[in-house]
Amino acid sequence: MNWLIAILQGALFIALAPLLAGWLKYCKCRLQNRKAPSLLQPYRDLIKLSNKKPVVSDHASWLFITAPYLIFSATALAATVVPLVVVDLPTSASADVIVMVGFFAFARFFLALAGLDIGTAFGGMGSSREMTISSLAEPAMLMAIFTLTMTASTTNLSGAIAHVLNEGLVLRPSFVFALFALILVAVAETGRIPVDNPATHLELTMIHEAMILEYSGRYLALIEWASQLKLMLYGVLIANIFFPWGISETLNPKDLGYGLVAILGKLALLAIFLAIAETLVAKMRLFRVQEYLSFAYLLGLLGMLSHIILEASR
Amino acid sequence: MNIEQTDFYTQAILSMAALIGLTSFLMLGQSRLLRLIFVFALQGFLLTLTTSLAAHSLHNPHLYISAALTLILKVIFIPWMLRREVLHMNIHRDVQTLKNKTFIMLGGASLMVFSYYVLHPIVQTTAPVMLNALAVSLSVVLLGMLLMISHRQAVAHVVGFMSIENGLFFAAIVATKGMPMVVELGIAFDVLVAAVLFGIFFLHIRSSIDSLDVDLLNRLNEIEK
Amino acid sequence: MIAAYLVLLIPLIGIIFFAVADSKSDMGKINVYFNAICLLATLWLAINVLNQGTILSTSKAFLVDPFNVYLIVLTAFIGLTTSIFSAPYMAHEKEIGKLTDRRLKLYYTMYQGFMLAMYLVLTTNNLGIMWVAMEGATLATVLLVSLYRTPESIEAAWKYFILCGVGIAQALFGTILLYYAAMQIGDGSNALLWSVLYTNAQQLNPEILEIAFVFLLIGYGTKIGLVPLHNWLPDAHSEGPTPMSAVLSGLLLNDALYAVVRNKMLVDGATHSNIAGYLMMGFGLLSFLVGALFLHRQKDIKRLFSYSSIEHMGMMTFAFGIGGSLATYAALLHMTVHSLTKSAIFVTVGHAAQIAGTQRIEKIRGLIRTQPQVGWGLLIGTLAIAGFPPFGVFTSEFLVLLATMHSYPWLAPLVLLGIGIAFAGLFRHIQPIVYGEKPEGQLPVKANLWPVIIHLGLVLWLGLSIPGFLAHWFSQATVLISGSAPL
Repeated sequence: MNWLIAILQGALFIALAPLLAGWLKYCKCRLQNRKAPSLLQPYRDLIKLSNKKPVVSDHASWLFITAPYLIFSATALAATVVPLVVVDLPTSASADVIVMVGFFAFARFFLALAGLDIGTAFGGMGSSREMTISSLAEPAMLMAIFTLTMTASTTNLSGAIAHVLNEGLVLRPSFVFALFALILVAVAETGRIPVDNPATHLELTMIHEAMILEYSGRYLALIEWASQLKLMLYGVLIANIFFPWGISETLNPKDLGYGLVAILGKLALLAIFLAIAETLVAKMRLFRVQEYLSFAYLLGLLGMLSHIILEASR
Repeated sequence: MNIEQTDFYTQAILSMAALIGLTSFLMLGQSRLLRLIFVFALQGFLLTLTTSLAAHSLHNPHLYISAALTLILKVIFIPWMLRREVLHMNIHRDVQTLKNKTFIMLGGASLMVFSYYVLHPIVQTTAPVMLNALAVSLSVVLLGMLLMISHRQAVAHVVGFMSIENGLFFAAIVATKGMPMVVELGIAFDVLVAAVLFGIFFLHIRSSIDSLDVDLLNRLNEIEK
Repeated sequence: MIAAYLVLLIPLIGIIFFAVADSKSDMGKINVYFNAICLLATLWLAINVLNQGTILSTSKAFLVDPFNVYLIVLTAFIGLTTSIFSAPYMAHEKEIGKLTDRRLKLYYTMYQGFMLAMYLVLTTNNLGIMWVAMEGATLATVLLVSLYRTPESIEAAWKYFILCGVGIAQALFGTILLYYAAMQIGDGSNALLWSVLYTNAQQLNPEILEIAFVFLLIGYGTKIGLVPLHNWLPDAHSEGPTPMSAVLSGLLLNDALYAVVRNKMLVDGATHSNIAGYLMMGFGLLSFLVGALFLHRQKDIKRLFSYSSIEHMGMMTFAFGIGGSLATYAALLHMTVHSLTKSAIFVTVGHAAQIAGTQRIEKIRGLIRTQPQVGWGLLIGTLAIAGFPPFGVFTSEFLVLLATMHSYPWLAPLVLLGIGIAFAGLFRHIQPIVYGEKPEGQLPVKANLWPVIIHLGLVLWLGLSIPGFLAHWFSQATVLISGSAPL
């Protein structure tokens, strides 16, 4: 039963990811006074792409073809670690937050390799940028997450969420810092404005799009889907760790239903904030990204420090 | 003592302390004047929130007056004045390169540790929570001084000066639930007069050296040139 | 108590009067009248204290005891004599076009504002108000330092403003800590009143008070001009108008020291360890020696004497730090004679600079031939401040030395050395100024030297014999501060 629900939750995760992307696009369009595409447009895009015959360069090796599958499955596995509607599932019990970060790193590694594999200038440029950013973002993310896990005394996400939930409303300075740090990291990692712009293929500024420039057809669909999944994953992480209220603690169908409604509401709200931020903020120069990420790291560090100094028992 | 065992007021105060400390760090790393002024106003706003919170939880109505004074002076009047000055001087596009930003930041962090060290003897006599808040406010004071040392623009000096006042004010609110009313009014009066004087000074400095760069104020020296 | 309110009310009226007055009127003279009435009020207050002992106002907001009442009288006295000097001086500055009517008006308004802040520092019983008034004194004088609006004076005023503002912020932090310590033993509303704190000093937490004192010393020490926080002092003194230098040196520094000593009394009551005393001794001795050494390399006559002020303030801080009855008595006496002498010197220096048209030492020459009164005034003033025997400074320095030998004999050579260095430093500059070759076309100026004569006469009198009522006063103050009677 537990495993069944765990698998269902994972499937739900994967299925909902394009919807979130569609909602985000919808909000952004409305904010920018444009006519919004349908919420289901990402699904249509994915279907259209997977029906097309992929064109693969002659120079591509086997790596180029296997990478999309690896990327998608690693991201999907990471998604199962994060509690979506219910805590205390066997999938999240078997792996902790460090494994999740590891899955991300794995996916990114293959994405970067695939970008290099084809031998075009853009692919290599995108890969090198992606690695630069992630090498700066990962410590910041771990710092933010460690703040949380230190409070809960476990690196298991579901345990940590249950801890926050059971404690009731406690204002923690460290959580405020960790929240900001995680939001900044999430923006950088999912390639949103101001770090990267997912909507353009402007040659000099693109990062994520540069790496996947050579992909087409179902390979492209998989990679797109994986990145939508990643966006949703970060959203769920932020929503469920810092505002866990509503998530189900039992397997009772009624609670599960509430949990689903709660997470949908939280994600919708988060997407609105993200859309507003993306509309207001301009993309920054690539060389300023390190400043941005070191600020995120500073926040994470301050969160950790304020946990130790301000909150820990003496 | 764990944070879970403290009351909501204490938790809120600690969060505010952390945020105010953060704004001080943000100011330290700012190289653009307008953003610096904005962060300063933000700090003032956080201070206003803290004061109103204290007034509400401690049932101390005179703190509402302090909160209102802070709001008017430090969130509206002084930032407005500085902003106008910066726009007027047309220096808001100047990016002032901070030399050794990393060292300044590290210096700031060590100042924070230093304030904990200085105030540590107090820990025996008081709730650790208050010690934390006091230490944060002392580090805001010290970071304000570091800001004044590391930045060259007169506007940044004023911001540093006023953020020192913010730190002191926070200490007074948190540690002692506000100073007696006369003293608080007196301090607010001093801050107001100081702000006006700063405005006058900008005028004078500008007319004498045609810039607000304090490094150009270097005529008086022990060593004759 | 009415007298104390009067002392505060008169300068307040003065501020309002000058703020609205017609700038064509003879403000210099009116300023003298205001200060004269104020001096009368302080004398009345002093007589009250002499008859009744310590006076605490019914609201407990004001406290006048033997320690501050003599400083109040001293403040009023120097305020009066300086205003007598400043009337023709400022008129002359206006004549040569350095000042306009509006700035003159600002000057007189702020003069009264400064006096008000000084009286408030001295009379208030509330340590928070003391801080507010101290900051108020900075704010009142900062525009006076930049009165001439030259780039140098603006720089000096900016430095003065920033350094003193930042410095004194530390004192506020110390005051908050003090209040925090006091809140733990009693209720909040009275917890900043000095009289309440003093009676309960034993119960205050010594650790908090020690930390608080460090901040208070740094904060008010910036105002005293203690090394290494002294940078603003020579600049502010040299670039502001001379009467301002006289009151800064004669009053502001004293009152800052007064604030430190008041707080030290609390800390001493609470801690029993002599940490406050050691800190004051250390800073004091350092300022004394550094001030003395810097005398040698000055090029500007007002900077020269401002370093001399640093040196003497260092000595007083040192003496208060030693803390016994003899040292305290000596410090109180030194405070008085230094204020009198230094303001007299600044008055003569002001005239000397007007004669020569510059403040640069190498350009001021042959005063005794151009205008013998000024030359003699400067010479005698310098003799007095350097600690030559018949003058009061000698007596007080001798007593400080005696107290040092008594308590910390190994520091006595340093004190002696400092006195020697300072003596040499002053005379190598003053000798050519007074006796040097008179430059062509140097003309005497209109000068009113009565303040100088009165001040130096008083200093001489104090050196020859301290009048009975004054000795009684000093003894009372000494008992209050150090807990035992001198001699």
